[in-house]
Amino acid sequence: MKTFTGRVVSKGNTTAEALVSHGGLNTLASFQKALQFGDKNATCGDQNNPDLYGKQMKGKALCLPRTIGSTTGGLVLYCACSMERQPACMLFSEPIDSLAAAGAVLQDVWLPNSHMPVIDSLGDEFLAFVKDGMKITVKEDGTVEVE
Amino acid sequence: MKLTEQQQAILDGKSGETLAKVMETLVRYGELFGAEEMVEITSDYNHLVTSFGLKALAPVYGLLQQLIDANEPSKQKFSADPRPLDPKVPSSFLQDFVFKNFMYSKQDEYEKQLQKLGLMNDDAFTCTCYMNEVGNTPKKGDILSWSESSAVVYANSVLGARCNRNSGIIDIMGSVCGFVPKFGFLTDEGRKAKWIVEIKTTKKPEAQLLGSAVGMKVMEDVPYVVGLDKWLDGTLDDNAKTYLKDFGAATASNGAVGLYHIEGITPEAVEQGRALIAEGAQTYVIDDAELQRVYDSYPVIWKNKDAKPKLCFMGCPHMSLEQLKSWTKKIDAGLKENGQTKVQIPTVFTASPGVIKKFEECEEAALLKKSGVILSYICPLMYMNNPLSEKIPVITSSNKLRTYTSARYYTDAEILDQLVKGGK
Repeated sequence: MKTFTGRVVSKGNTTAEALVSHGGLNTLASFQKALQFGDKNATCGDQNNPDLYGKQMKGKALCLPRTIGSTTGGLVLYCACSMERQPACMLFSEPIDSLAAAGAVLQDVWLPNSHMPVIDSLGDEFLAFVKDGMKITVKEDGTVEVE
Repeated sequence: MKLTEQQQAILDGKSGETLAKVMETLVRYGELFGAEEMVEITSDYNHLVTSFGLKALAPVYGLLQQLIDANEPSKQKFSADPRPLDPKVPSSFLQDFVFKNFMYSKQDEYEKQLQKLGLMNDDAFTCTCYMNEVGNTPKKGDILSWSESSAVVYANSVLGARCNRNSGIIDIMGSVCGFVPKFGFLTDEGRKAKWIVEIKTTKKPEAQLLGSAVGMKVMEDVPYVVGLDKWLDGTLDDNAKTYLKDFGAATASNGAVGLYHIEGITPEAVEQGRALIAEGAQTYVIDDAELQRVYDSYPVIWKNKDAKPKLCFMGCPHMSLEQLKSWTKKIDAGLKENGQTKVQIPTVFTASPGVIKKFEECEEAALLKKSGVILSYICPLMYMNNPLSEKIPVITSSNKLRTYTSARYYTDAEILDQLVKGGK
């Protein structure tokens, strides 16, 4: 087991299976089909992301460097949370970008029943170490255990 | 974050629970980026990325309804991105059915919400709101709460306004409060370049290809571009603005660029020159071979890579008046040269309603119509971004459209060739 510590963007405790994207997550491309066509598993629809394409994102500990793409990114994440199709948590190796930050804050402030802990600044080593299927435990102080 | 008495009172709920939540959102958003204060928005108008009544975004419309119910409209009028539907654009019976009854079934309802919240006018749907024909053109130094990556990068770079790459919803929350958190591109430090991009090509680089190369290299950093001024005739005229519109959209979509400086051209580069370059900036040299490498790296995700194109979209971001005129002339000359009267691939040029109105007063309008090109205010991205449209072999010279959809990229010259001679 290895422990990493990052900055708490959205507080919470959770345990989930890791799903890793080594490139930036294009939020709109990844979630659009899941939101539009009733896919409750939130299967990633971004053909340009070989790590995630076709994989279930809902309920997973989504490990990524950052999000990229359209400035709809924040509101797409907000919708995923509102429709209960969000990852169990989002774990960023880099400092969070403005679009993902918007999504994290919006769900925290406007969706009282939403629960998606978000931690950033976990470092390059975190993303190099974590692999799909590993068990991730997130604690509300920003500690992330990977085993 | 240090708030003024007025801002603290809003956060404390003195102006109602809804406005308090809006302020909490902005404060928490800003604090993540080290903002120490909120600053007043000074532009005349806002611009929103969300222009589409997409059924999937129902939670967003629910949130906006909370603002309407609490009688908290935007303090500024705003423009919004292009509409997703236009009956003039070719579509199949199945596409029409899915678009109207399924995907964009909330369009009418959402446009009514936008009107209540402060839409500028019924024609204020375009990603190029900053054009004179639209009328949402910020002044240098203005503080904005815009979203839409291509508009933000244009406003920051070409107009010298100050705006972060805000997400949808954050955009309107800024103008509901009248303030935005001060960080990133709103600060002098945040506008310094971390990259020097040296242009060493033997001819004028294709704007969309150059922007793609720069975006993919610098990602979210600010580039200071040298050697491009000679290809732009050393001045920020309408031609240069059109070039930078397309260049910037590609930097923003192929990377995440929110601001660039072009030596000798863009306002801050003219004023401050190389003082804008941060200490330790990296260098990226772009020559003909590098542009070819980038072009060759684009994946073609058509099922049949040799398919004959069935549709061509030009205008993502929306075309300028100058672009519509020059493309009309090029197509007219190309058709005559090849003994043709109509374009050989169904083709849609997209532009803002304001630009279209102005173009229709010009002599070129009749020529374009005669060539068979359809002129539309649609958002090509919204047309393409669904499983039905992505099966159609669509070509474009927009690197933004290529990035987000299955559309295949060609240079302007290659597109023209296919339009006047026929597709492969």
